[in-house]
Amino acid sequence: MRLLSRAQAHLPEPPAEGDVLAEADAVVVTIGRKRLLDGVSLRVHAGEVLALVGPNGAGKSTLLSVLAGDLPPSAGTVSIHGRPATSWSTVDLARRRAVLPQHNPVSFPFDVLAVVEMGRAPWEGTPAEDGDERAVAAALADTELTAFATRTYPTLSGGEQARTALARVLAQSASLLLLDEPTAALDLRHQEQVLALARARAAEGAGVLVVLHDLGLAAAHADRIAVLAAGGLVEAGPPEEVCHAELLSGVYQHPVEVITHPRTGKPIVLPYR
Amino acid sequence: MTATASPPVTSGGELGPPPGRGPARVAALFTVLTVGLVVVSIVSAAVGQFGIPASQVVGAVLDRIGIDVLAPPADPFAEAALWDVRFPRVVLALLVGGVLGVCGALMQGCFGNPLAEPGVVGVSSGAAVGACLSIVFGWTFLGAFTTPALAFGTGLVTTLAVYVLARSKGRAGVVTMILTGVAVNAVANAAIAFLVFAGDQAAREQIVFWQLGSLAGSRWAYVATIAPLVGVCVVVSLLLARRLDLLALGDRQARHLGVDVESLRLVTIVVVAIAVSAAVSYSGIISFVGLVVPHLIRMITGPGHRVLIPASLLGGALLLAAADLLARNAFHYADLPIGMLTALVGGPFFFWLLLRTRRREGGWT
Repeated sequence: MRLLSRAQAHLPEPPAEGDVLAEADAVVVTIGRKRLLDGVSLRVHAGEVLALVGPNGAGKSTLLSVLAGDLPPSAGTVSIHGRPATSWSTVDLARRRAVLPQHNPVSFPFDVLAVVEMGRAPWEGTPAEDGDERAVAAALADTELTAFATRTYPTLSGGEQARTALARVLAQSASLLLLDEPTAALDLRHQEQVLALARARAAEGAGVLVVLHDLGLAAAHADRIAVLAAGGLVEAGPPEEVCHAELLSGVYQHPVEVITHPRTGKPIVLPYR
Repeated sequence: MTATASPPVTSGGELGPPPGRGPARVAALFTVLTVGLVVVSIVSAAVGQFGIPASQVVGAVLDRIGIDVLAPPADPFAEAALWDVRFPRVVLALLVGGVLGVCGALMQGCFGNPLAEPGVVGVSSGAAVGACLSIVFGWTFLGAFTTPALAFGTGLVTTLAVYVLARSKGRAGVVTMILTGVAVNAVANAAIAFLVFAGDQAAREQIVFWQLGSLAGSRWAYVATIAPLVGVCVVVSLLLARRLDLLALGDRQARHLGVDVESLRLVTIVVVAIAVSAAVSYSGIISFVGLVVPHLIRMITGPGHRVLIPASLLGGALLLAAADLLARNAFHYADLPIGMLTALVGGPFFFWLLLRTRRREGGWT
């Protein structure tokens, strides 16, 4: 009985819209002599999709690791759900934030269903365990993997593996989602689907940070875009404010033109050809 | 175990290619393994230089637990041969085989590497150093148990040393750890080579036989020593099963799902070190059981540890009991070293498994 109440005491409350779910404050990450992040401050709020963009090696994955609580910063502070990232236990953190890394190899030939079910591990022994089946079925349906449930992971194509990893992260039902290039291996249809899923989770009150390379996708789906370059935050704001030819040309060191989509009014970013 | 109640009618299906991994397949596997275990144990106790009918073997066991259905052996010599020589040997084979199977599954899960096995982290060679020390220097401060106790001690110390050396910045990378295991194995083998060189003729012969692995001379005292260790090992392994599944996703992903990866690894390694050292102490180095049994089980019922661990326990026990039956009876009046036998059969078989699995899964990299 006491065990049960203690488990419940650690269960997260659903966040209110606008709550800060993850916050990096003046974060510096130095590995060896290389400064990967140099004083970056960024917040992820409940109810928003925040796209993190920038050229290769800008520090996007490093910032994501810091916000996930994986990588303690050399200087500055990180808090998750209002508390210092290091003060959470591993399992309490797992009930509050889910992470999709870029690469998701699986060592043994587990089937898709088993991999997605692993996403429910943080809820073992809590009342939320009753929702396991529903969460797994919904995650499979959302990523169009229901028909693949009995296929083993190594036999899937790269895109199918990526969607399986995403389904596992969705099944975890955390209110902070950190997705590192979730669209990288996907076709046009599934790219749109992933960002639609991110939007849907944000509408349900989650905070979603998504690393993207396609600025058009970011502009079309994100509430805010944060631009990272050489370990520093260049700009963060709504797509209309951030997508400026001059700014992006400088960041990417390539001439860029920005046009407005005639129907949606969203900015479209194209390399100048 | 309810599975024992039904005969193995489904045994034909479980090696077939369709990858159905439902509960029926799992039940069939456990049924086959359990029935096989019982049959091999009875046959192993019945067959030998002095043949005893199987019905009398069963009768002897039932008689002890007070069930008077089958007649025990009338000949007191046969009764003594069963209880003093054959039964302890069969039970030891089951325990050692079972614990090697479980430890193979644990190591592979722990390192996320289908090629990991207890020997990789240095338990076997570390244990061998202790055993050789006692043999060469003739230490007997613990009586007949001196050699096993030293093997146990050095095996554990070696394994922990590997683990501590492989840690860097609070983590133990898989590649670093396996490479550290290789280096430690090399040092341990050098120590053994030196002890073989330093020992006299008798010590050399003893070391060689210990390294080949054998269940000859099994006693109830040995069984009593390792049975509780095996029990603890199996219970802890079952408790770790779900978290070991998550390790397959990688350390970082497992941590994201709430697994304390470091302590999981540490507990797993200590359990493996204790159990393998204990098992190996009384039987010498028996390779391949921990490597191939979990492989076979995975091919039949998939990689989930909640099935893999108990199935590897039964599978390892069955395999080693069968191997021991062969070792004792392949040649008249010759007790073949069982470690040699398992390696001889297991090496090529494992190679075939590797090729087949790699072809199916497109390589492991």
